[in-house]
Amino acid sequence: MDKQEILHAYELMVLSRLFDSKMLALQRQGRLGTFASSQGHEAIQVGSVMALKKDDWVAPYFRQWPAFIALGYPMEMLLQYNSGDERGMLIPKGINVLPVNIPVSSQIPHAVGLAWGFKKKGQKKVVVCFLGDGATSKGDFHEALNFAGVFKVPVILICENNQYAISVPLKRQTASKTIAQKADAYGIEGMRIDGNNVEEIYEAVIKAREIALQGKPVLIEAVTYRLSDHTTADDASRYRSKSEVEEARKKDWRIILKNKIINEGFWNESKEKQLIKKLELLIEKAVKKFESIKPVDPMDIFNYTFNEMTYQLKRQSETFKRFYPNG
Amino acid sequence: MAEKKNEKKGIVMVEALNQALMQEMTRDNNVIILGEDVGKDGGVFRVTDKLIEKFGEERVIDTPLAESTIVGASIGLAISGYKPIAEIQFSGFIPSAFDQMINHLSRMRWRSRGRYSCAVVIRSPNGGGVKALEHHSESLEAVYAHIPGLKVVIPSTPYNAKGLLISAIRDPDPVLFLEPIKVYRAIREIVPEEPYTIPLGKARIIKEGTHVTIIGWGAMIKTLIDVQNSIDIDLEIIDLQTISPLDTETIINSVKKTKRCVIVHEAARSCGFGAELAAQVYENAILHLKAPVVRVTGFDTTMPLGKLEKYYIPDANRIIEGIKEVLKF
Ligand SMILES: Cc1ncc(C[n+]2csc(CCOP(=O)(O)OP(=O)(O)O)c2C)c(N)n1
Repeated sequence: MDKQEILHAYELMVLSRLFDSKMLALQRQGRLGTFASSQGHEAIQVGSVMALKKDDWVAPYFRQWPAFIALGYPMEMLLQYNSGDERGMLIPKGINVLPVNIPVSSQIPHAVGLAWGFKKKGQKKVVVCFLGDGATSKGDFHEALNFAGVFKVPVILICENNQYAISVPLKRQTASKTIAQKADAYGIEGMRIDGNNVEEIYEAVIKAREIALQGKPVLIEAVTYRLSDHTTADDASRYRSKSEVEEARKKDWRIILKNKIINEGFWNESKEKQLIKKLELLIEKAVKKFESIKPVDPMDIFNYTFNEMTYQLKRQSETFKRFYPNG
Repeated sequence: MAEKKNEKKGIVMVEALNQALMQEMTRDNNVIILGEDVGKDGGVFRVTDKLIEKFGEERVIDTPLAESTIVGASIGLAISGYKPIAEIQFSGFIPSAFDQMINHLSRMRWRSRGRYSCAVVIRSPNGGGVKALEHHSESLEAVYAHIPGLKVVIPSTPYNAKGLLISAIRDPDPVLFLEPIKVYRAIREIVPEEPYTIPLGKARIIKEGTHVTIIGWGAMIKTLIDVQNSIDIDLEIIDLQTISPLDTETIINSVKKTKRCVIVHEAARSCGFGAELAAQVYENAILHLKAPVVRVTGFDTTMPLGKLEKYYIPDANRIIEGIKEVLKF
């Protein structure tokens, strides 16, 4: 990464962190529903997305707001989605991302299929699939890695190892020494990197992209720590000690990267202040836009089940209209 | 302290379920609990709260994140002599274990000609109404009731939750125990401190009535009681409690008496459990009916997220309209 790229990454990561804090505040006020905070995951997601080419695709899981932001997804739509309004997941044209995926690991087979399709069509693009450490326990993970290996699919699996799946620590998920080593079993490439070091991530994904396009899928284990509760419905103090979290905070990119760019002479406190002011303004604008969105019409329930409305759905929607003529 | 609270104001369903687990684990050392976050965290809804402190990690087991193997391994554990209670954290993740449920859990008795049974209890939240994330509000009970060899139980209050769960744990066959997420903390009720059972496969007439039989289960029961309190029509309200095996007798006797029947469920309409109920009523009481059976249900769509879910789940207005419909005749 050159200076420019590092600063760009830093900006996206700080934006993600500030946006996440804003979402937490909105959730506490009852304006958003339950969601998974991404603090501690910014470097992995921003670094990975920055390493992609315009035509590449991303298959997210549910702790993925920094990746969405790095892809240019409108923040007001992320707020809308997290407020329980599914119109927020109408992915804008030009952003190549699958919808938020909640059942753990189930997005991995989709990513493999997507990348496989691109390869069969002779298109030179890769799919990045994000997943958690808990996801590596599911059959879908193992089946999809095996498929990817057999069909030499251009997919890059990025495991955001944040040490926990809700309350369950990694040592309860696997007896393997590392997650990266699981790649060996499927004949694909494995890498293990520091998930708080955005440069390392960026370089790894660029390299992985080359390898994947040559027909060898890659599993990257990016090691980090979930700085927040699992979701806004969770209370992590039930299963993690304060000192453990404090220890992890010392490795947070938010401090390390900032100090690094200051030490290297291309950042300072006044630039930091300006940046934060600029980003907070962006976030405020998104919140305002979110708040001015017209409430969703209840009849929206009947759209998108099938391409054409079935006889049954038509009848059901007509009955429904009688009850809620004005929404 | 806890007992005092129960005497005065009662307890919520989460606490009643916790009591049932605590008492059954005390009674029988073979009862074990396994699932995601059931140990140290006490379950994401706290149903297994403090059980690990009392019974230890060998009996309250945090597993890797793998629903299919949580159920599959429970089958093996059952054959080895344990009584596993498997928790699936949210309703939308039961399908991950569906293969083990439909192809093995429900058939081991059949396949082994009675030599092995799989007396496993699978507990999971069910239904919507709490504005949760996608896949956290499903009501797929009809899908599970379609599996021969699997019992499907859905409590509606703290009191029947405790009695039904104890029966499920003592049952020699596999039981899927679906806990209405909306009721978890919504209703307080005085619950006897000592263990008691409520038989599986038996419906409960919550309120006798003469005009219309109205059938529901789970979270819908509270809505039905509220409806009755707001209208003069004399409803006979039936809480199924167990949807498989079904207590056809109670339903048919009631319908023969009232001659009118409304069925209410949260799940999608087509092939919902209401379809089976309507078929039972037509097969066994059609000559007694004065009006066609009416179903008030969710729609044939995916369960919407928070903003629209209140329109999906049958509410008092829609239920009253259904009642008026059967009274037109
Ligand atoms: C198949 C499935 N089972 C259970 C859940 C409930 N749940 C949501 S997140 C989670 C833990 C996921 O852990 P991990 O994969 O490590 O990702 P993280 O949340 O730590 O980012 C669980 C059990 C789910 N979403 N999907």
